[in-house]
Formats: sequence, structure tokens, C-alpha cells
Amino acid sequence: MYTQGLDQKGQANVSEIESPEQLAAFQARIDAEEKIEAKDWMPAAYRRTLIRQISQHAHSEIIGMQPEGNWLTRAPSLQRKAILLAKVQDEAGHGLYLYSAAETLGVSRDEMVQGLLDGKAKYSSIFNYPTLNWADIGAIGWLVDGAAIMNQIPLCRCSYGPYARAMIRVCKEESFHQRQGFDIMHKLCNGTDDQKAMAQDALNRWWWPSLMMFGPGDADSKHSAQSMAWKIKRFSNDELRQKFVDVTVPQAEFLGLRVPDDALVLDEESGHYRFGEIDWQEFHDVLAGNGPCNAQRMERRRSAHDDNAWVRDAARAYADKQSAKAVA
Amino acid sequence: MTDSLSIYVQRLGDNALVLGQRMVELVTREPELEEELANANFALDYIGQARMFYQYAAELDGEGNDEDFYAYRRDAQAFMNYLLLEQPNGHFGDAIVRQYLFEVFYLMQLEGLAACNDQRLAEIAARAEKEIRYHLRHSRSWMLRLGDGTEESHQKMQRALEQAWRYCGEFFYSDAADRGVCKTLGLDLPEDLQSRWNEEVNELLSEATLERPGTPWIREGGRHGKHSEHLGYLVAELQHLQRSYPDASW
Repeated sequence: MYTQGLDQKGQANVSEIESPEQLAAFQARIDAEEKIEAKDWMPAAYRRTLIRQISQHAHSEIIGMQPEGNWLTRAPSLQRKAILLAKVQDEAGHGLYLYSAAETLGVSRDEMVQGLLDGKAKYSSIFNYPTLNWADIGAIGWLVDGAAIMNQIPLCRCSYGPYARAMIRVCKEESFHQRQGFDIMHKLCNGTDDQKAMAQDALNRWWWPSLMMFGPGDADSKHSAQSMAWKIKRFSNDELRQKFVDVTVPQAEFLGLRVPDDALVLDEESGHYRFGEIDWQEFHDVLAGNGPCNAQRMERRRSAHDDNAWVRDAARAYADKQSAKAVA
Repeated sequence: MTDSLSIYVQRLGDNALVLGQRMVELVTREPELEEELANANFALDYIGQARMFYQYAAELDGEGNDEDFYAYRRDAQAFMNYLLLEQPNGHFGDAIVRQYLFEVFYLMQLEGLAACNDQRLAEIAARAEKEIRYHLRHSRSWMLRLGDGTEESHQKMQRALEQAWRYCGEFFYSDAADRGVCKTLGLDLPEDLQSRWNEEVNELLSEATLERPGTPWIREGGRHGKHSEHLGYLVAELQHLQRSYPDASW
């Protein structure tokens, strides 16, 4: 995931030292599909946009470990436990190299993490929903990682080199995650009545939040036009959302599950599924911190950080002692 | 012999599963992102080892069981892991101390097994040995950092050590099953590993400025199903879905 374009504030204030010639030369490089690298000149707003997007993406990976981590101790077989553990570990890894990609833009990981802990930085709204049964782990892989892939494949061609390269590896792993999620759903849907009911319950709860992952509709997406011009973004939120629905609805049919949308219909002429209105009030509530698990997710992150301050202090003190010894 | 060997292998599996499960509980609670990766990675090693040991136990038992039978369909009292491994996680230092004290012993055990004359067990042990050697580098370095870090970390580690210490005696106690298996497979008895364990641990504790506790050792318990109160909850959580939906496959 998880590039929702969540912050709607902090618009570019173009610095005086950015001459029209510089900006035009930069845009010409973008238009020629050249990759922008860390040491290249770039407009301050381009840098800021990327820092915001990449760090939100990194935070989302880290917070995203929690809903799935919630079922690690209760995974129903040793094989499922091992697969889920590997997946959650991948997410920590994604977080790590996304923070590294953002650091190439001149911001430190500590600053970014502090932004998250202070509640200033955002992460994807999807992780503020609870995982209530084992099928939720399937649904997250199938729907949430499925939506993430739709978002992220185009990011492999993002104009900023370090981000684009990080995304190539992330996408490979996300695609494995998506398949394991679908496999869990498939097994449940071919299982007992109780298992089928779990799968349907999970789809009912995760469908709409998954559609919200693509961010506001194009008419309300303030960052989109500039990000498209800079080729950070390649497709609009609504285009990606439509693509996701078109791919996912037949998969739900294959599983024998009902998508919880009475307005859902295949438009034969265009080949696209038409779907009902998203509850944007819910989306904005969750983004504003009022989703079912916002407080819980942040509390876990803060307590992991605060309760272990003594560990980081000790590591620093030990390193200082060792370097003092080396000098002596 | 098969019965004793099966018990021996199940004990290895139970140790790996119970410690792995405790480490799984720590996911998202680590002090740094790098430690999240390390903990999840090491937990994954343990779950993988448990699976290999249980698969072999199932072959030895020949009753058509699979790996999940041992993990999910036995009551807590049928588990034969060391008491140390089922203790609740506590803080980061408690988990490191538990890991370190056990793994110094476990690595020696695996080295012996990797060279034993049961080919199947030797193959599993050879793979596990590589993993545990790497874990130990990690836990040893944290023992040093935290033992010889700040005053606060030093006190926390000394206390953690004293808590964990009482359970280490179990590593060096053998029963009839152990003695039979060790003889047949050409392995050192657990009690024969004690002096090497002492040597390694004493050296590390001294470097970490920690004192070797004088707490007496509990000689045996977990390996004969006499567990602490903590294991019942661990097993109940672990087995929840398999027990609630006994006819389902996942």
C-alpha cells in the first residue's frame, strides 16, 4: 500500500530561488521519462510531496503489521502461522527500505517516526479496522494487498529513482501476499458452513474500506494533478479504484461470495462494473482519527517505542563505552 | 527405541514451538524496526524447526498424525518443553536472557544431533544449527549492550537473569528416554553439556558485567508435563481455531 494522498494541507510554497528556467528544465527531464536521483536538483514541493508520500507509505507498512499480527498466535495451522509470520516480517522490511528511500530526500527516520508518534503523520485508513476472525487475514491479503498492488505497480515507474526501485521489490512481495490471502479465502469458501460464513463476514466488513484505500474521488483529490505532472502518480484515484473493482468482483464470484453492494452491476457496453456510493463521511472520520482502531494502533506503536526507551539508551551508552575504549 | 526417540523428538518440537509462540507474541512490540525483523525472523526459524521435528515424530509414531496434531490436538500437559521457554515475555531484556540461556544449550544439543547416527534427525539438526548459531550472535550482543549499558539496563538484566536462572537446571537432567536415545544415537548426555554451558555463560556474564545468580535450579518439570500456570493460556490461544472447529481444515 498505501498511498492515499492523505494530507490535504501544506501546499507548495515555491521558493524564490526556483527560477522558471530551472523548473522548466526539471519538467523536461520528467517528460523525457528520466529518473530523478537523490543528488539531482528538484523543486522543494516535489521533494516535500515525495517525503510525505513515502513516509506515509512506510508508516502504513509498520502500522499494517498490527491487524495481521493480531492473528499470529491463533493461526489455525503451523503452515499458516509460518506464512503469516513471513508476511508480517516482509511488511517490517518494506517499512525499513521505504524509510531509507525517504531518507535520500534529506529527512531522518527518527524525524519521520516522531511525526507518526506525535500524530502529525498519517498512515493508510485501512489499518484502523479490526481483524475479528481468521478470514480477515484472507481478506486483507486478497483485498487490501490487491488494492495496494493496483496502487503500487505504477509507482515502479515513479519519476523518483530510489522510490521506484524500492517499489519493484515491494510489489514482488505484495503479489505473493495477495495470492496467500486469496488462498486462505479459497480454502474457507470450500470448507464447512462455518468457514464460508467467516469468509462472507470478512468480505462484508473489508469491501468498502478497501475501495476507500484509493483515496478521495478525482474531483476532491487536491494533490493529484501536480503528482501526475511530476509522474509520481500515473493513474487517477478513480481509475485505479475502477480497475480494482473490475478485477475483484469476478474473483468474489469464483469464491461464491456476495459483494456487499446492492448497486453493483456490470455495464455490458463499457465492460466495467458500476458500483454504489462510497461513504466518504466514514473515510474522513477514520482519517481524522475516529476509526474503530485508530487509538489502539497508535497506543501500541507509542508503547513499543516508549517502553523500550531504556533499550535504545543502553545500546547508545554501550556503543559510547566501546568507542571510548577503542580511542584509549 | 522408537517410543523413546519419538518422545525425544517431540520434546525438541515442543521447545521450538513454545519459544516460537512466545516470540510471535512480541511482534509489533520491539524497540526498533531492525529488532522487529530479527524477532520475526527468529520466530519463523523456530516455527519451521517445530514443523520438522513434529513431521519426524509423526513418521516415528506411525499413527497417521501430521505436524498439526502435535501442536493443536494435545492438551497442555502433554507438552514436554522446558519451563523456561513458556515463561511470559516480560520486557525486551527478559526475552533476550531467555533466548540466550536456552540457545547456548540448544546449540550444543544441535551440534551433537547434527553428527548423530540417525540420518533424518541429523539433517534437521544441521539446518537448525545454522539458524541458532546466528540467533546466538544476536542475543549475545544484546546481553553485552544491556548488561554493560546504563545503570537501569544493568539492573533490569540482573533481575531478568535471576528470574530465568532457576529454570536452567532442566537442560541438564536426563530421564530414561534421554539415556536410551543418547546411547543409541551416540550423543552426549545432557548432563555432560553442563560444564561447557557454564564456561560459555560465565565468560559472557563477566564481559556483560552481570553476576551469575546463586538461585537454586529446578531440576525437572516441563519435560514430564509438570508445567507452570502460564502454558495453559499459551496452548489455549494457539489451539483456539482447531479446537473450536474440529472438522475444519485450513
